[in-house]
Amino acid sequence: MAGSRKVLDVAGVSKRFGDLEVLSDISFQVEKGETICVLGPSGSGKSTLLRCINWLERPDAGQIYLNGAQIGVSGGLVMSDRELSRIRTHIGMVFQHFALWPHLTVLQNLMEAPVHVQKRPKAEVRDEALALLAKVGLSDKRDAFPAKLSGGQKQRVGIARALAMRPDLLLFDEPTSALDPELVGEVLVVMRELAREGMTMVIVTHEMGFAREAATRVLFLDRGRVVETGAPEQFFSNPETERARQFLQRYAGDAVNGRRGA
Amino acid sequence: MIHDFGIVWSERDLLLSGLGNTTILSVLSAAAALLTGFALTPALMSKQPLLGGIARGFVDGMRCVPFLLFAYIVYYGLPSFGIRLDNWTSGLVALTIYNAAYMAEILRGAWAAQPREPIEAGVAFGFSHLGLFRHIVLPPLLLAAGPVIGNQMIQIVKDSAFLTIIALPELTHAASSIQSRHYVPFAAFITAVFLYWGLCLVIEAGVSSVERLAAARR
Repeated sequence: MAGSRKVLDVAGVSKRFGDLEVLSDISFQVEKGETICVLGPSGSGKSTLLRCINWLERPDAGQIYLNGAQIGVSGGLVMSDRELSRIRTHIGMVFQHFALWPHLTVLQNLMEAPVHVQKRPKAEVRDEALALLAKVGLSDKRDAFPAKLSGGQKQRVGIARALAMRPDLLLFDEPTSALDPELVGEVLVVMRELAREGMTMVIVTHEMGFAREAATRVLFLDRGRVVETGAPEQFFSNPETERARQFLQRYAGDAVNGRRGA
Repeated sequence: MIHDFGIVWSERDLLLSGLGNTTILSVLSAAAALLTGFALTPALMSKQPLLGGIARGFVDGMRCVPFLLFAYIVYYGLPSFGIRLDNWTSGLVALTIYNAAYMAEILRGAWAAQPREPIEAGVAFGFSHLGLFRHIVLPPLLLAAGPVIGNQMIQIVKDSAFLTIIALPELTHAASSIQSRHYVPFAAFITAVFLYWGLCLVIEAGVSSVERLAAARR
């Protein structure tokens, strides 16, 4: 099993909002330690896909398995909120607009869910949270409130907060899209480090340079379908589909120069 | 005039017991109104037309009734329906129900203005039900609504003065007993005014500390 354990299995997931089919029959798997970058034009369903994985959105069809256990459905019935919550503690999430808890300090943001949801001992959680803050370079901000931080700092707190849950899987929903360009780098540095350490991640992003360099695999979505999937090197230098070629052309500057991903 | 205040001073026990009762009335009904308001808020925001309509009707209706009239109805009117409450219970019920409508509206406004993402993050991190409400939803809500809730508490303190008409021995009732017993209306009432003012200053102090907490987080 070692080295090729399946963490996430998405099987035939579909989702519609009214008449709009946002996701149609999406299937893919993520092995332990993989970094999957989900790419695609706006409105292609990338964020919805991510939100379906932890059932923030309820898929209309298909199954999702985390470490072999189905999410959202047990014994043919939709799970209770409590059961869902228990599974969600194994999946960390990083949000586009940070979504930090504004009434708590940085350190408290990291400790809140491990202490109150996972019921882990406070002292242990605190030590781990302090280590995580050091890791994302924000030890000096531990007593600051989120409102006093820059966007890049907020997102690094967002990542540390997700890591504090000791998740089996980390989801990133366009983690750098709300940032000023000069703040993107500091967040990508942290993400690249996690990829190197073998954290299992699914990342929705428009940072082509980052995807090319850090992803183990890319998933290209268009109009709710997986149009292409493969190793980043192959996808970026020699995409199989016309749709992917067009998409990449618009980002050509970024991908070639690695401008924003530097 | 000094002599008049001397008379009021000699009746200080009566005034202090009135102040105590006003404080008890205000604190109990403010807490109960806040809790009832919290219970009403989801109904007020409900997309279900019947539930939403009833809650909205109650809140809008209650806010258009003069409190004095409402207290009359609870104390003198309800017995016609076989509901007989003593003056303390009537006073508490009237203050609570009346102000719950305001509290619900205050909380609804603050709730609607809260950003959705931090709450969603709470769900994603495994919070649910009461835990989500207590740890993620409530604290920023109270920080945002704190000053307005404080204002409403001041309103409750002042509304409680009306309960003198149902012979509740609160501060206004004490002041008016003193004046009728000794014919010192100015001294008795102005003393009561200052005591009300003191009570409101305590609430104001609470409000400013909530405001300081909120400002640090903005």
